[in-house]
This record gives sequence, C-alpha cells and structure tokens, in this order.
Amino acid sequence: MSDSEKWITVANRNAVELGSVVGVKAGELDVALYNIDGVIYATHNICTHAHAYLSDGWLEGDIIECPLHGGRFEAKTGKGLGAPITCDVKTLPVRIEGDSIQVNLG
Amino acid sequence: MAFEHIVIVGAGHSGGCAAGALRAAGFPGRVTVVGAESHPPYERPPLSKELLSGSVATEKTYLQPLAWYQTSNIELRLNTEVLGIDRSAQRLELSGGDTLPYDALLLATGARARRAPFIDERQQRVFYVRDIEDALALRERLKPSTHLAVIGAGFIGLEIAATARKAGCAVTVLELAAQPLARVIPAEIGYRVAELHRRQGVDLRLGCSVEAVGAANGGATIRISDGDTIDADIVAVGIGAVPNVELGAAAGVRNEDGLVVDEFGRTSDPHIFAAGDVTRHFNPLLGRSIRLEAWQNAQNQAIAVAKVMAGGTTAFSEVPWLWTDQYDMNMQIAGAPAEYDRLVYRGEPANGAFMAFQLVTNKVVGCISVNSPRDMRFARMLIASGKAVDAEHLANPALKLQDMCR
Repeated sequence: MSDSEKWITVANRNAVELGSVVGVKAGELDVALYNIDGVIYATHNICTHAHAYLSDGWLEGDIIECPLHGGRFEAKTGKGLGAPITCDVKTLPVRIEGDSIQVNLG
Repeated sequence: MAFEHIVIVGAGHSGGCAAGALRAAGFPGRVTVVGAESHPPYERPPLSKELLSGSVATEKTYLQPLAWYQTSNIELRLNTEVLGIDRSAQRLELSGGDTLPYDALLLATGARARRAPFIDERQQRVFYVRDIEDALALRERLKPSTHLAVIGAGFIGLEIAATARKAGCAVTVLELAAQPLARVIPAEIGYRVAELHRRQGVDLRLGCSVEAVGAANGGATIRISDGDTIDADIVAVGIGAVPNVELGAAAGVRNEDGLVVDEFGRTSDPHIFAAGDVTRHFNPLLGRSIRLEAWQNAQNQAIAVAKVMAGGTTAFSEVPWLWTDQYDMNMQIAGAPAEYDRLVYRGEPANGAFMAFQLVTNKVVGCISVNSPRDMRFARMLIASGKAVDAEHLANPALKLQDMCR
C-alpha cells in the first residue's frame, strides 16, 4: 500500500468545533476527532475500559472524559490518567488536506 | 504516622484499587493484599452483563493483569481467608494456620449476596451472582429456551434478566415491591423500566411475594403468595447485599450495618481503616453517613483512603453515582437523596433519552438519566455545588447544563 492510500478522509475540516469532540468512521474503525486550540487530533473512539464512545464524553482542555465511568485520557497522546483506565487509547496521525480532515491508519 | 507494612483485607475492587493507589501515591513500604477468591482484584459490573453473556473473557474484568502486582511490588495472597484480627499484637490469623503482622490494616471485605430464607440452600438450581465463579456457573445454564425465574427486580436481577433474554431464555421476574428498582428511582421512572422489560418479552410480576422455592421435575418450583406456583428450569436471586462486617466487628470496629468510618476511612483504631461496600462512611457533601454498594464508591473511596494511609490529608467527598445497563438502556443515578419535593424532566421520556432532576426547593439533590451519559457529568456537578437553579432552565434542552454549573 502506498503512503497516499493510508490516509482516509473522515470529515470536513469544519466538522469539529473548537474545544469539542466528534465521532467518525475511518472504514470500520471508530475514530474520535478533537479540536484543541484549533488543532485536530484523533484517537480510537472506544474507551479502553468498557464499551463506550469517547466522542459522547466531555473534552476539557486536552483531557477527554469517558461518559460511562469517568475514565480520562490525554487526547493529544492517548495517555490514560488513572483508575479505571489501565491501557492508553491509540492515537492516529491527522492531516488537513484541502477541506478534509484525514487520518492515517498506518 | 508512617506505616511500614499495610495489609489490605479483601482482594476485590476496593482492595485492588487501594493497593494501586498506595503505590501511585509513592508509599514506599510493604503492601500485602489478602483475598479469599482465586482471582486477582476485578470489577463486578460485567458479572451480570458482559461476563454473563460471554462477550468478554474473565481476565478482561481484572483491574490489572496478575503480573502487574509483582512489578508493582504488591504481595497478592489469593485463596486465603483472614480468620481473625489480633489488634493488640497487630497480627492477622490466616486460613492455613499462618499469621501476618501489620502496621496498618485496610478492611475492604466488601459485601455478599443476601440469601433468601425461603430457599433451601441445598438447591442446585438456584444461582446468586456476586463473584466471577457465580457468573460463570449461571452462564453455563443460560441456553435458548431455558426458563429462568429471577427473584428481585433490583439492578442485579434486571441485568440478569436482560442478559438472559439476549441469550434466548424465557424469563420471569418476581418482585415484592410495586415497581422495579424501588430503592433508587421514583415509581414513574420505575414504570418505564418495567415496560422496557415487558417489551423485551420478560414476564415481570410486581407486588409478588415468594414463599418457597423447591426442587421439582429436574427444575425448580416457586410458590408465590396468591397460592400460584411457577415452574422454572433455574432460579437467579438478586435481593440485595449484606456487608461483610464480621471480621472487623469481631475486632471491635463499630458496626452499624456497615463498618463505621469517617470521611478519611478511619475507624476508632488508628491502625485500622476501611473502604468500599463494607463501610458506613461519612459523606461531607451530604452531611450524613451512608453505605453504598456501587462501583464508584468501591474505586474512589478506596483510592482516597489509600492516599490517607500513605500520608495524605484529603477527605473522600463525592456525589454518590451508579449506573445500570439493560438492553439498550444506560441509566445513571446520582445523589441518592433521602427525599426531594419535585421531579423535573429534561427531554421526552417516551423517546427513550431523558433526565429527571430531583429538587429540594431550587437545588438539585439527585438526578436519573436515561441514555444521556454526557449530561450526567453536569448533573453531578450541580448536585455537588448545591447551587440554586431555575427549574424551567433545567427542563429546556436548548439550554446547556454546563452553563448552569458556572
């Protein structure tokens, strides 16, 4: 697979409001997109603790809090921040291509 | 007081969280966790749902993999019961004849399923769901067309019912009260939960008193108060939990349907602390002592008390919060108010996603949310703040709850 084929368009570049999180699909994969200070970041959207969408949660600064059990992650790095989280959430590379937000599934 | 060896009695959710929190807080001494079960500490919510359905593996319920305890320098003594506490010698008596000295003790002995006096204990077809082995044993029996009778329409009973329906079982639920979840939600919301189960094909019988459960024809027969009998292949019982206070009480810790601790998890003995389901603890936000059987308390009270044991000075002070998942319904409940004078809805209950705020005058003291988990965060903040709110604003979904928290 060539490099250009790994990038998948997942949303319009205006789809994620400043300071908010949106859930999208990249093929079969559930992806959460975050707009933190005007920069878009992406992680897997399913919480590593139980089956919940992080995009249904609450983004405060660069911390995403899961809506089900309050697990927290750094949205930029995917790092889990204490109980009940024991496993970080995976991040995905993001780029803006024209009017599109693209993520790289690698 | 700096402790050198902290022993945690109980390797459940609280015990495991406390051990991890001691290390996270930089506690340099020895940490030992003693548990009667063969499993390392695990979370219980999946036991009546994902583990019971088989959609997750047993190990997925573990707080940490077994190897983590070794790398964290935490001694885990499983399959071991604590038989007694010698307070003057600061020593535990263990099953198998060993003794274990301690500087400080954390009692995290949890709770057990309440047994029904009307059931013959020798019955092989009666199941309780409290620990992993219970859930695995019941799971073996949840086959399509099996008739399961559930006694008790509380959280556990209803979650078992929902899981069994998904597995294709015929399900009858028998509840003494006139509504499901009578201890925690108002009747008008309980009615909706009842309707949900009936739509899913559950034969839900409310106001139904069970008089006896006996064996019959390879199954069980249940005699109810009107003289009727119900035949089932298997019976699951969820009629509440009883705190495991005996060990602490025998050692002189005050017991009031729960080991009595303050907001720091302290008992009257400066070397003995307690956390989790077993405690009746003072909650500064509510201004009264409460006992909770819930995931949040098991985790967060244990973490808070562990930090105190490691030298911290911060009280455990959170709005009580719990949840249940049944079919496609996620219900979250916060506040657990003893009383309230108004129920204010946000969203249309008939649409399946709504919140109901419990108010005392103009303050939110409790909230029940159905399929609205994100907003529950702000409901909990409103309850914690004790801020005055306008009921009309709460009821208006166009107005953001986070703005009302400011």
